[in-house]
Amino acid sequence: MIWVAFQMLTGDRAKYFGMLLGISFATLLIAQQSSIFCGLLLTASSQIYDAKDAPIWVMDPGMQFVDDIKPMSENELWRVRGVPGVAWAVRFYKGLGRARFGDGKFQQVMILGLDDAYMVGAPREMVLGKLEDLRQPDAVIMDERGYRFLWPGQPYTLGRTFEMNDRRAVLVGVCKASRTFQTFPILYTRFSQAVRFAPQERKALSFILAAPQPHLTAKEVALRIEERTKLKALTRDEFADVTIWYYLRRTGIPINFGTTVLLGFFVGTAIAGQTFYLFTVENLRQFGALKAMGVTNLRLVGMLLFQGLFVGIVGYGLGIGMAAGFGILSERSDRLSFYMPWQVMVGTGLAVLLIILLTSMVSLRRVLVLEPAQVFRA
Amino acid sequence: MADIAVRCQQVTKVFGDGEPVHALRGVNLEVPFGELALLVGPSGCGKTTLLCILAGLLYPTSGQVEVLGHRLETMSANQLVRLRMREIGFVFQQYNLLPSLTAVENAAVPLLIQGVPRREALQRAGEILHQLGLAERRQAYPHQLSGGQQQRVAIARALVHEPRFLVCDEPTAALDAESGRRTMELIRQVAVRPERAVVVVTHDARIFDFGQRIIYMNDGKVVREEIPHPRRG
Repeated sequence: MIWVAFQMLTGDRAKYFGMLLGISFATLLIAQQSSIFCGLLLTASSQIYDAKDAPIWVMDPGMQFVDDIKPMSENELWRVRGVPGVAWAVRFYKGLGRARFGDGKFQQVMILGLDDAYMVGAPREMVLGKLEDLRQPDAVIMDERGYRFLWPGQPYTLGRTFEMNDRRAVLVGVCKASRTFQTFPILYTRFSQAVRFAPQERKALSFILAAPQPHLTAKEVALRIEERTKLKALTRDEFADVTIWYYLRRTGIPINFGTTVLLGFFVGTAIAGQTFYLFTVENLRQFGALKAMGVTNLRLVGMLLFQGLFVGIVGYGLGIGMAAGFGILSERSDRLSFYMPWQVMVGTGLAVLLIILLTSMVSLRRVLVLEPAQVFRA
Repeated sequence: MADIAVRCQQVTKVFGDGEPVHALRGVNLEVPFGELALLVGPSGCGKTTLLCILAGLLYPTSGQVEVLGHRLETMSANQLVRLRMREIGFVFQQYNLLPSLTAVENAAVPLLIQGVPRREALQRAGEILHQLGLAERRQAYPHQLSGGQQQRVAIARALVHEPRFLVCDEPTAALDAESGRRTMELIRQVAVRPERAVVVVTHDARIFDFGQRIIYMNDGKVVREEIPHPRRG
């Protein structure tokens, strides 16, 4: 009878495609919006993961997230280095600066100051130039997204100069860097250089990047640092979580995306549900005839659930495919954060399953209460 | 009497709780195997209700209903479903063919319900369509068939699993006079067998002469039974 159910479903092409449209649309909206949401959250913590050689981040206890900079005194670095179990600890500057270009234009930039000696937190991959060139006077390395923003359509050219805080900066490299939440061009430079590029402040130490000794975990050493220095010390993952939670709690992002996801769910349920219900109602006489001919309620439930699940699986596949296609296109265009982890796919699948169960339930009720004797009434 | 396929004794059926409607008021009848009985009468006289009870689709309010040796009023709903699936064939007034199945697939449905493999079911359905003169149209969809052809597919569907009891509800109501007569001729030729009983509900007087027994009903009761002279070939 599953074969009969399949024929009934696909035979009524208008309704079949109507149901597919509803489910695919819901899947697309839920998966795409959730993926953009994940992408945005990922950008919030991207700089933490970009500094991949720093397992522990130490900061002022009042800091709430990665962009909430409360500079520390230089003494804190020595205190952290003195904590047993710390293999090494280095300075890391993070702050905003204003770059002035030859044509008089200004642009806000993010300055990342790496420890002069060890360059911990350096760019993951160079596109042009060498990391060692950062040791040259006034040297900076810019991320490629920032370069394309400042000099659109122009080839990567080293040696470009501009001013920051009345000091000359020389571009010695172009690198890859993850997209950030603030979208400003990112400039990597040495710590000693960064404090000169940035507006003058009494304290300049944004973070201390540290690592545990080989026999200890980052978590253990972070706890020790907190105990001994009263600073906040977090592992890389913990700091990323704290940052993401800050954005979740303090911004309207989850509500905005959640609303769209919910809308997708309801619209999908409405379209698919209504079409499936119409399909059932139009076939009610046929279902009645089947009942009269000896099809049990249980088999009818199986037929309807099969029809719902089939539409659900095909619609889900189409919707996820379209969402993934959107992700690939947005990746190419470099304009939108898009990240579709497996959790989004599973979550969307569960939402589609719920839609199918809800829509099937309404139709099931009509079929289950149907008296087979009704088919004898003209 | 083993040759009686259907027997009703003092069968009543009352619908509704508030102001009850007495659809059947003590019906007594017998239909032997090998006979085509017509159940006739004006609209609202209880023909269809009686047919539903005989087919195991409704329980009587009181009285005894024996079909193919089974006392229907004592059977559970599941037992009735199994009886309908194996022993009873249905021809509906509106055909009730599945629009997305071809003629042969529609005719195979009762076998598929019984769990017969699809290939075998389609083969057997094809054979009976051939018997009914629809071999050429076996791959046609219902909307591609005339009313008479659709009714023939419905008859094929009703007979494909070789039921011992065939119930037909107004099988000629949606057909013109000529198609109606041809349909009844087919039912008489193909459906009537010594091991099978056929009950046809109709108020179409043009087909009365096909019945081997005509049961007249009025106001929920059998008022007269008639056994016409045998029809000449």
